[in-house]
Amino acid sequence: MVTWLDRVRPSALNRKLWRDVWEMKGQALAIASVIAAGVTMYVTYLSNFDSLQRTRADYYERQRFADVFASLTRAPHSLAARIADIEGVETVSTRVVADVTLDVPGIAEPAGGRLVAIPERAQPVLNGLYLRSGRWIDPTRPDEVLASEMFAEANGFRAGDRVAAISNGRKRWLTVVGIALSPEYIFAVKPGEIVPDRKRYGIFWMGQHALASAFDMEGGFNDVSVSISRNASEAEIIAAVDRLIEPYGGLGAIPRRLQISAWTLENELTQLQTFGFILPAIFLGVAVFILNVALTRALALQRQQIAALKALGYANAELAWHYLKWAVVIAAGGAVAGVLAGAQFGAGMTQLYNQYFRFPALDYRLSLDVAVQSVVGSVIVAALGAQTAVRRAVSVPPAEAMRPEPPGQYRSSIIERPWRRSRLSHATRMVLRNIERQPMRSVLSVAGIALAVAVLVVGFSFITVMEDLVDQQFTKTMRQDATVSFVRPRSPGALHAVQHLLGVMDVEPFRIVPVRARVGHRNRTLAITAVGPNPHLNRIMDRQGHLVPLPESGLVISRMLGQVLGARVGDIVQLEVLEGHRPTADVRVQALIDDVLGLRAYMQLDAVRRLLREGATLSGAHMTVGPAARQRFYAEVKAMPAVAGVGLREIMLQNFRETMAESMNLQVFLNVFFAGIIAFGVVYNSARVSLSERTRELASLRVRGFTRAEISLILLGELAILTLLALPSGAIIGYTLGQLIMLAFNNEIYRITFTLTASTVAWAFLTVIASAFLSGLVVRRRLDTLDLVAVLKTRE
Amino acid sequence: MFVARGLTKVYQTGEVTVHALRGVDFDLFPGELVVLLGPSGSGKSTLLNILGGLDVPTAGSVVYQDHDLTAAGEAALTEYRRTHVGFVFQFYNLIPSLTARENVALVTEIVEHPMTPEQALDLVGLQQRLDHFPAQLSGGEQQRVAIARAIAKRPDVLLCDEPTGALDIATGVVVLDAIETVNRELGTSTVVITDNAAIAAMADRVVRLADGRVAGIEVNTRKRPVHELQW
Repeated sequence: MVTWLDRVRPSALNRKLWRDVWEMKGQALAIASVIAAGVTMYVTYLSNFDSLQRTRADYYERQRFADVFASLTRAPHSLAARIADIEGVETVSTRVVADVTLDVPGIAEPAGGRLVAIPERAQPVLNGLYLRSGRWIDPTRPDEVLASEMFAEANGFRAGDRVAAISNGRKRWLTVVGIALSPEYIFAVKPGEIVPDRKRYGIFWMGQHALASAFDMEGGFNDVSVSISRNASEAEIIAAVDRLIEPYGGLGAIPRRLQISAWTLENELTQLQTFGFILPAIFLGVAVFILNVALTRALALQRQQIAALKALGYANAELAWHYLKWAVVIAAGGAVAGVLAGAQFGAGMTQLYNQYFRFPALDYRLSLDVAVQSVVGSVIVAALGAQTAVRRAVSVPPAEAMRPEPPGQYRSSIIERPWRRSRLSHATRMVLRNIERQPMRSVLSVAGIALAVAVLVVGFSFITVMEDLVDQQFTKTMRQDATVSFVRPRSPGALHAVQHLLGVMDVEPFRIVPVRARVGHRNRTLAITAVGPNPHLNRIMDRQGHLVPLPESGLVISRMLGQVLGARVGDIVQLEVLEGHRPTADVRVQALIDDVLGLRAYMQLDAVRRLLREGATLSGAHMTVGPAARQRFYAEVKAMPAVAGVGLREIMLQNFRETMAESMNLQVFLNVFFAGIIAFGVVYNSARVSLSERTRELASLRVRGFTRAEISLILLGELAILTLLALPSGAIIGYTLGQLIMLAFNNEIYRITFTLTASTVAWAFLTVIASAFLSGLVVRRRLDTLDLVAVLKTRE
Repeated sequence: MFVARGLTKVYQTGEVTVHALRGVDFDLFPGELVVLLGPSGSGKSTLLNILGGLDVPTAGSVVYQDHDLTAAGEAALTEYRRTHVGFVFQFYNLIPSLTARENVALVTEIVEHPMTPEQALDLVGLQQRLDHFPAQLSGGEQQRVAIARAIAKRPDVLLCDEPTGALDIATGVVVLDAIETVNRELGTSTVVITDNAAIAAMADRVVRLADGRVAGIEVNTRKRPVHELQW
């Protein structure tokens, strides 16, 4: 009678499964760890992707984040109604936005700020604010502002604190009454910089009347946001908006996805997703590989058990499932551990994101989808990896399986032949013959260890790669100490004023021209940087560190921009200038630079002046400043009416290291840590597999008088040779893998070059050698305790 | 029960071609105990494997009741082994990671109307060793677990491949006694392979094999109980 107890009690075959897996627990643990490593990364990256995406969607929706954005010089309020009449436009929100220099108490360097107008008594109709603390501005108090949370936090601002905004040389005190967040500034970065400077860049929301009167904008606006209906054509609306704002100095409308904060966030999300797939895929691949090798051997040891089970009437399919469950149990165990670890690391990574992407609440949530996907995925992949091993073992006819495997066909190895009967010891000969007799197994072991090397090479390389990026950008390309930008294009007289500031040693002027670039049906609004033919401060350099000279005419653009526009060298780009007389001109692409950061477009100053049909106007200058005079320089430059902002290389580098490096460090740590696990897992597994294959043979050698040291030499010698063979191939695989990963990593914001340094390779090699050594010790201990009689008595 | 005619089996081991059976005719009747006697390499195991559905002949036919085993596919052979045949091997072939009881349960869990593992182990005198692992049992005890495992399904035929080959006399007698008990009390047709002529005395019929051929068949007029056997 089948009782309830019988139903829940595992069957005899399942009990065998548990005990067999327990028996090979060392190996099972090694394989499970590798799977766990992959799953941890998958969960870390994808759960963050998931959390960020969910939070973003919710935030955009709740705060009515606009669909199209445009800046212009100045337009009357009446234009808003005409924009609202465009078919497909739902809501129009106009306002005044102004960039100012800030004098922040306690900071010598000039900081930057953006003042954004808000209605005095209500939320804006689009791009609503989330008031974290304090209160809304008082309509009767024109000096009151809401400050962005990140800036307030970094500077320790609270309601009631004051900050000075300097514009047109006039200082104006702002009183912070509340701390706010906006979907427009989830990622708030100073124009022209790549990472946020939490301390030195803030957004301030100010009453619209107060702001308009401060900037002579009464009755008008210089910024417009639009929301569009679901079925409307974004491209058509952008074109229509552009037509309407053009007479008012329109700078080209952009869709939400190109809005700087949204664009950065989107790039980050894409990267998370790519990483979340590529790295775990590599790890899972390795896990499957070692699982296959380990299982093939474990099943060979079960040959006669399989025969017996078949004789008892178990069908091939039942046995195949039984052995597949080994793989499934190991994979499921690893995956569950990975999900748990991933949830931990994921929460940590979310903390880091909070440092530079600011949401009202960025809560880490481990989505059930991600957890289920990783467990199910690992199990399926492991089962696929195991299935060849299982099929091979189970398909042997029972009568044949009953007999022991025929002895291997040995011969003297190619390597030892030239030295036949020479000095090679018996042990050395056995090592060589074993490697050569089963070339496939040797190749598999070498491949496994090589993969460990490769993963480590990639992991360690992330460190050098980041250092290279910093070196490339902040040492080789940028040689200026400060970059001063003017409120609007100025005559060379402004340059002279700057040049004569105390401590300024070298000056390199530049002109920035906003344009809309078109190639065929593609277009992008961007800023053309015009400089002299051979800029020596802010240099133009490709990823290989070669300086790129500017041709007399034509454009030099980032390769990535070429891809965005679909432009190659020799192609014509139509440039529609978005300021001044707004000329349009066809300009030829003279060169593509494979550069590191952003989407850049360069022209010679003279060429740009011809294009603009204007005199020697300048947007700003890069300069070097003597260290002793810096404090004075900062104070003076802050007060100059012509100066809109100052960028300092030192500070940028510091910010880059703090934010970028901080989040990279976590990733690097994950990569290196898990690469280490893989390395040990693979090497340990190889060692255990050869131990179990050779126990009998080694025991019989011991019986015949070989010493422990000699038999250890045979087994460990083989491991050592295989490890040595694996090192160079692993470096090559790692290099290829790194190139592939970087290809996926590169985006519009930055491009990273995968470089392999001698020290990276050395560290990877050392780690693998150390793993091999440790595994060797474990195996050696087992050899030392070999029970000779028991081993020889069992009939394999 | 079995009618085998003209069985031939040729197989390759490494680089050697082995003619294991060269035209063997064999019958087994319900309830009888047959001893297959022959030296090593005479083809006994191959014949037993073919009768048990573990192997198929190169030529010839085997019919079990109304099943033609030569025409049966993999699935049919599995089903045949599962329902009708109990195997006992020279090296016991117990699953080392399972206890005596669990080894028997391997079979009782997949067939209809089996004995309980406890009943089967009781029949071979191992009721005290239910929860011991193979490594904790002596050779004779392991072989008796194997017999319990083979008979727990109440098979129609019990095939024993040198069941005492790895055992000393005293232990061998205990094992053979267990086989005889099963044959007598359950009426299971039994084939025992051995190269030990002394064991032949316990059989109803002795079939001698040599070099892949049947060398002689003797009907035992005076069947002797196992405890009288000596070798």
